[in-house]
Amino acid sequence: MSADLPIALVLIVGALPILALRGSARGAYLVVLSAVAFVYLLTLPHGVFGRFTLLGEQLVLMRVDRLSLLFGYVFLIATLLNVLYAWHLEDRVQHLAGLVYAGSTLGAVFAGDLLTLFVFWELTAVSSVLLIWSRRTQRAYRAGMRYVTIQLLSGMLLLAGTLLYAADGGSLQFGRIGLDHPGGALILAAIGIKCSFPLLHNWLQDAYPEATETGTVMLSAFTTKLGIYALARCFPGTELLIWIGVTMTAFPIFYAVIENDLRRVLAYSMTNQLGFMVVGVGLGTEMALNGAVAHAFADILFKGLLFMSMGAVLLRTGTVKGSELGGLYKSMPWTTGFCIVGAASISAFPLFSGFVTKSMIMTAAAQQGHTLSWLVLLFASAGVFHHAGIKIPYFAFFAHDSGIRCREAPPNMLIAMGLAAALCVGIGTVPGVLYSVLPYAVDYVPYTATHVIDQLQLLVFSALAFAVLMRTGIYPPEMKSVNLDFDWTYRKLAPSLLCGIAAAWSRAGQAIGQCLRSPLEAAAGAIVGLHRPEGGMARTLSTGVTAFWAAVLLGAFLALAFF
Amino acid sequence: MQKERRYWLDRKENVTTVYRTVWGIGALLLLAELFLHRHEDFTFAAWFAFYAVFGFAACVTLVLTAKVLRRILKRPEDYYER
Repeated sequence: MSADLPIALVLIVGALPILALRGSARGAYLVVLSAVAFVYLLTLPHGVFGRFTLLGEQLVLMRVDRLSLLFGYVFLIATLLNVLYAWHLEDRVQHLAGLVYAGSTLGAVFAGDLLTLFVFWELTAVSSVLLIWSRRTQRAYRAGMRYVTIQLLSGMLLLAGTLLYAADGGSLQFGRIGLDHPGGALILAAIGIKCSFPLLHNWLQDAYPEATETGTVMLSAFTTKLGIYALARCFPGTELLIWIGVTMTAFPIFYAVIENDLRRVLAYSMTNQLGFMVVGVGLGTEMALNGAVAHAFADILFKGLLFMSMGAVLLRTGTVKGSELGGLYKSMPWTTGFCIVGAASISAFPLFSGFVTKSMIMTAAAQQGHTLSWLVLLFASAGVFHHAGIKIPYFAFFAHDSGIRCREAPPNMLIAMGLAAALCVGIGTVPGVLYSVLPYAVDYVPYTATHVIDQLQLLVFSALAFAVLMRTGIYPPEMKSVNLDFDWTYRKLAPSLLCGIAAAWSRAGQAIGQCLRSPLEAAAGAIVGLHRPEGGMARTLSTGVTAFWAAVLLGAFLALAFF
Repeated sequence: MQKERRYWLDRKENVTTVYRTVWGIGALLLLAELFLHRHEDFTFAAWFAFYAVFGFAACVTLVLTAKVLRRILKRPEDYYER
C-alpha cells in the first residue's frame, strides 16, 4: 500500500467540517477523524513516500520508519484524548486550531527533509498560539505574543541552520546532523527552544499556564515532544546533550517547589522530564534512545493527564492556585483519583508508566559510567515525586479544606482522564506492548526485585521527607507570588534597559545641543551683525572711496599683466 | 441547613495514622532490602538503605534550598503587570 497521502493533511483538511458542525455531531466527527487517522497510520508500510521536487530539491512528505511511527501513534492518541476532553467546548477556534496543531506536528514527524520540517515547524507555532489567545484575556494575549515570537525565532534558526548546512555540502535530509557542520549549532538551538533547554526554557512556563483549560492539555502533548523527536533524529549521541539534559532535570524542581500556580508547577515539571529524554538522546546508545522516546511516549500521557486534572479544577473552581485550593477530593473524587494515577506515573511508581520508561535512561547512564549525571538524575527523580507526585494532588485536593464546594468535572473530561489513566497503568503493567514498537530491540527487564525495592525506597522516603517537613512547619507555604526566572531578562531587564538607553540618548542629545549652542549662537550673531541693515556689509560707501578701490583693483591687474 | 458529611481524613488522628503507616512501609522496605541479591552498576548504590537515605536527604535539601531561593526570587503577583 502506498503512503503518499500526508497524514498531516488528513487532520488539517479533515478539520474544515468543524466550521459547520456543533455539539455532539462535532464531537463524534472528531473522534471518527482521529480514529481514521490512527487506522491509516497502522496500515502504513515503512519507506519514503510523497516525494516531489521544488526548486531542484527533492522533498519528502512521508518518511515512515519505527521512530516516526512511534511518535505518530502517541500524537494521535493524544489528539483523541484531547478531542474527548474538549468535547463540551463550544469554541470553533480552539477545535480548529487544535486539529491544525496536531496535524502539523504529525507533518513535522513524518517530514523526510528539513524544508518540509520547517514548514510544519512554523505551522505548529502559529496554530498553537491560538490556544493561548483563546483565553481572551490581556494577560493571555501578551503571553501568547511572547510565546509565538520565541517559536517563530526557533523556526528562523531552523531555516538559517538548514541553509548553512545545505550550502556546506550537507543534504536537506532530516537525519543525523551533528555539531561538526556549520549550521548544526543553529539547528540545535532551534530544536533546543522546542525542548526547553536551560535559558531557552521560559516560554513554556510563561505561556502554557495562560492557555485555556483544554488548550494547555493540547499544548503539553505536542511542541516539546516534537523537539525531542527532532533531537533524536539529528543529534543522537551528542555528549553535550547529557549535560544540558542533566541541568534541565535539576533546576526546574526548585522552582516547582515554590511556585503557586499548579499548572506552572507542571510546566516546570515538563522541563524536568524533558531533561531525562535529552540525556537519553545524548547518551545515544540503543537502550538510551529507546528510553528517551519511550519516556516521551509515557510523558505525553501522564503529563496530559495531570494537566487534564488541573484543567478540570480550573473549569470548576476558576483557579489553580495552591494558595486558594485544598480539600477538593470531597467535590471531585474522580478527578482526584485520576490525578493521583498521573502523579504516580510521573513519579515512576512500579506498575505505572514512568517506572518502565525512565529507568531505561537511568540504566543506560549507569552502564556508561556517568556517575555524576546518574546522581543528579536520581536527585531529580526524588524531586519530581516531591513536586509533581505529591505537591500537585496534595495542594489541590487535600491539604487544608479551602471550603470550595464544586461539581465534579464534566463526563467527557472524566472519560478522557480515565482513558489516559488506563493507558498509564497499562504501559506500567504490560510494558512489552510499548517496548515492541520502540525503534530498537529491547533488551531490558524493568521488573526486578532490586529495581522495585530501590525505587520504592526512594519514593517512600521522599514522601516521608515531605510529610516530616509539612508536620514540622518547615515546608514553604503556598503564597500568592511570582518567582523571577530567565523571562525576567526579556520582560523586565531588556525593556528597562531600552527605556534607559532611549532616555540617555535623549539626554545626551540635549547636552550636546547645550555645548554647541553658545559657539553656534556666537557665529550666527556675527553673521547677522555683518549682514543686518545697519551691519558692515550693508553700509553705503561714498563714490570717491568706491572709485579709489576700483582704481586700486585695476592697477593690481595691470601690475599682474607685466609678470 | 444540612450538616456537611464528615470525611475520614477530616479527623486529625486518621491523618496521623496515614503518616505512621507510611513510616511502617518504609521500615518494611528497609527490611526487604536485607533479602536482596543486588546487581548495581555503582558500588555505592549497593550500600544498605542508599536509596532511602538519598531520597530523604534529596527532598530535604531540595525544600530548604528552594526556601532560600524564594527569598531572592519572590515578587508580588502583579509584578509583571505594573
